[in-house]
Amino acid sequence: MIREFSSADILFIVTAARWTLILSAIAFFGGAIGGLLIALSRSSHSVLLRRLAAWFIQVFQGTPLLMQLFLVYFGLSVVGLPIDPLLAAAVALTLHASAYLGEIWRGAIEAVPSGQTEAAKALSLSYRDRMQHVILPQAMRVATAPTVGFLVQLIKGTSLASIIGFTELTRAGQIVNNATFKPFLVFGTVAILYFALCWPLSLLARHMETRMRRAITR
Amino acid sequence: MTDSAIIMRAVNKFYGDFHALVDIDLTVGRGERIVICGPSGSGKSTLIRTINQLEEIRSGTILVDGVELTAGGDNVAKVRQDVGMVFQSFNLFPHMTVLENCTLAPMKTRKIPRAEAEATARHYLERVKIPEQAEKYPAQLSGGQQQRVAIARALCMKPRIMLFDEPTSALDPEMVKEVLDTMIDLAQEGMTMICVTHEMEFARAVADRVIFMDKGLIVEENAPEAFFNSPKNERLKNFLGQLA
Ligand SMILES: Nc1ncnc2c1ncn2[C@@H]1O[C@H](COP(=O)(O)OP(=O)(O)O)[C@@H](O)[C@H]1O
Ligand SMILES: [Mg+2]
Repeated sequence: MIREFSSADILFIVTAARWTLILSAIAFFGGAIGGLLIALSRSSHSVLLRRLAAWFIQVFQGTPLLMQLFLVYFGLSVVGLPIDPLLAAAVALTLHASAYLGEIWRGAIEAVPSGQTEAAKALSLSYRDRMQHVILPQAMRVATAPTVGFLVQLIKGTSLASIIGFTELTRAGQIVNNATFKPFLVFGTVAILYFALCWPLSLLARHMETRMRRAITR
Repeated sequence: MTDSAIIMRAVNKFYGDFHALVDIDLTVGRGERIVICGPSGSGKSTLIRTINQLEEIRSGTILVDGVELTAGGDNVAKVRQDVGMVFQSFNLFPHMTVLENCTLAPMKTRKIPRAEAEATARHYLERVKIPEQAEKYPAQLSGGQQQRVAIARALCMKPRIMLFDEPTSALDPEMVKEVLDTMIDLAQEGMTMICVTHEMEFARAVADRVIFMDKGLIVEENAPEAFFNSPKNERLKNFLGQLA
């Protein structure tokens, strides 16, 4: 039954990396929308919104991502949806990313001096205009480096989707390893692919951080 | 409708348990120039910040150009369009050029087309004597220039009332005059102004009335001559003694 580790296996693993990217992209963009809502709620005037957002963040930061995956995966059938690993992984990772990005961006919004909001209010700018044109553009400068940093975590986090049977990079490795039993070779290849995805992003994050620091001390 | 630009009646403001404004009654006529002074922490900033509701009040009424601030609806937005404010720390938007700082609010809240907003902005930048800085970012300007941009930015909304909160306190001494001159210009054109400042020269030159605050109360108010030459309240005498 055990066969050689061939170029077809490498191709299989590399193509599966596509799903890692797709899953990361879904979670990141979904999380960006959710995270923005969470961050705005956290810094809003409404006590109820602030509480709800804080609770959401605590729940998702205080439990393992794997448990969140399991709960969503098995929860899908409870609410009458088909058990689909991609759907479950996408939903769970989006919620997870919303909580973390929400927390990062809340910090960035609060880092904008209160005088900016006051000046914008004094000019009669609406909440929306204040956020869109005054606060968020400034918060974004603070937030980009940690956001890219989180994206790296997220890409690595998608590997947990293998456990609910979604064939992304890690699970592709497991499948090939089961057939070839060359764990070092197989998982070495898998690790190199993760590294190739994450390393440039880590560099980018570090680059942005130094640029940020220089901009602040200017 | 009234002849008064601002009417404050029995206004009380608390920060938690701290009573920051105590039964403030103040009426400001159209075109009137008022200077507010008093020791640090006496409630001067708080008072003028209630006029455009940067601070909410516990009780009392505030009418600005006949519009009741606390009556809800879009009254606050209406009042803020009519009331310009200049802060001690300038509070320019650092990610926007001087011109963008000046056109943002007119375009967004007054829905004025860009070309017109830019023309207005250049007009006011001319008036505060820095038309050549329009394309620069705030960080590239001196403190005095930044504060003049802040004044121009407020004027671009064509306000009927201007509030100044210690506009020269954060400036190097050599830049104070350029900002005060701009304010004097404005006063001479008939703008209704409330200025929190310790620049007593300015108060003598332009104020119709000077108000002294202490511990959240308006303790004394008078025309500049009487205010400076024959103060009645002990605390005011003390305060003026320290300034001299
Ligand atoms: N946001 C705030 N929270 C709590 N206390 C405040 C706040 N703002 C001002 N105060 C207090 O209210 C008092 C009046 O402040 P302020 O109006 O800024 O005084 P002034 O401008 O005359 O120096 C001070 O004792 C100050 O500590
Ligand atoms: Mg003050």
